[in-house]
Amino acid sequence: MEHPKQQTQNPMVTGTSVLGIQFDGGVLIAADLLGSYGSMAQMRQLQRVFKVNEKTVIGASGDYSDYQFLLEKIMQKVNQDNCLNDGYVYKPKQLFSWCTRVLYNRRSNFDPLWNRLVIAGLENEQPFLGCVDLLGNAYQAPCMATGYGNYLAVPIMREFLEKHNNRITEAQARDVIDRCMKLLYYRDGRAYDKYSIAIVTREGSRVEECKELQTNWSVASQISSYD
Amino acid sequence: MIATSDITIPDWIKEEHKTGTTIVAAEFNGGVIIAADSRTTTGAYVANRVTDKITPLADRIFCLRSGSAADTQAIADIVKYHLEFHEMETGSSPLVNTAAHLAKSIIYNNKERLLASVMVAGWDSYKGGQVYVVPISGMIVRKSIYISGSGSIYAMGYLDAFYKPNMEKNECLEIVKNAVAMAIARDGSSGGCIRFAVVTDKGVERNVILNTELPRFYEN
Repeated sequence: MEHPKQQTQNPMVTGTSVLGIQFDGGVLIAADLLGSYGSMAQMRQLQRVFKVNEKTVIGASGDYSDYQFLLEKIMQKVNQDNCLNDGYVYKPKQLFSWCTRVLYNRRSNFDPLWNRLVIAGLENEQPFLGCVDLLGNAYQAPCMATGYGNYLAVPIMREFLEKHNNRITEAQARDVIDRCMKLLYYRDGRAYDKYSIAIVTREGSRVEECKELQTNWSVASQISSYD
Repeated sequence: MIATSDITIPDWIKEEHKTGTTIVAAEFNGGVIIAADSRTTTGAYVANRVTDKITPLADRIFCLRSGSAADTQAIADIVKYHLEFHEMETGSSPLVNTAAHLAKSIIYNNKERLLASVMVAGWDSYKGGQVYVVPISGMIVRKSIYISGSGSIYAMGYLDAFYKPNMEKNECLEIVKNAVAMAIARDGSSGGCIRFAVVTDKGVERNVILNTELPRFYEN
């Protein structure tokens, strides 16, 4: 009898944090443009957020090849939607549910897709933001981040949202995301100073051109020696 | 016969053939330039000092191989076969993108079993000169220039500093040559000669720069 295939992978080219936040009338996710090979910044200009359809966007951290594999499968489903052309398209919650099942199933067979996905969009005009990881853990929240972002960015985003009663504008959302990406660039050794945003509003969804961070290093000139 | 446990078996007996390697592919104004070193190692022994790592997959499409020599040769053979068939079916030259995706699906679907990292570069009439990188994990990404293999780290900074898109052929060739030469100088797993190919709509021009003719840099 053949031995069941057992493979737990080693992630190779990986992406770091993906951030996501809801605002009044939509949701946006952001990820930097870096693929790291261990500690080496191997591939800059790597898009880690993707527009699925007019209602949904997806971003991933973790192994890039597994993310590409998943995107291929998702785009096949989207193309089927387009061919059927009956007005129904994959909504974020459906996609989120599907991704959860796929990822959990793969982990149960000891062959995970080594990713942490952030799926965002408008579900019946309501902002949706969900996260699934390589073990199949899935949850939804008004703001989220993967990787280091989970520790550094989420507290900032949460405080901001709570201060404004979970109702912030698109401009405010962009601002807090920019601040968080900057912090991650300062403190995450695998981060990069260019990032791109995928945004979903009532008008539709799009991946925007990459932004470069305006970082502040003036504190460096105030420090000398270690004591 | 080497049998007892207290005699250490030399590395070149049991090590797999690997192309330690430095491989570079770059787009320039009119096509692509691809270059590689010529050393294959088994452990530290140089099994082949004049290897050809630039493998044709189609008339104007090449594969640059790094990782296990056996794995990458097998992959190149399979992709070449599929492209030949595809060319017969369609009646026209295959696209670089197609060749790259074929390599990707072999590497991705067997990622635990293979140790293969390739670059597929060439020219087609649809998008001109293109370079696609398919590293070990089986992802695929198009780049205008890329250096790969164990020697790549020694020349990456040089390429970052001097490469610009849309250079003229000779300019680009100079930069690519220097990059491989630097990597050969520092990486023990890369060495020998620099083989290169220039692929444009007019055809393929292949050449070798022998070890004695390599550009030399400051060596302390």
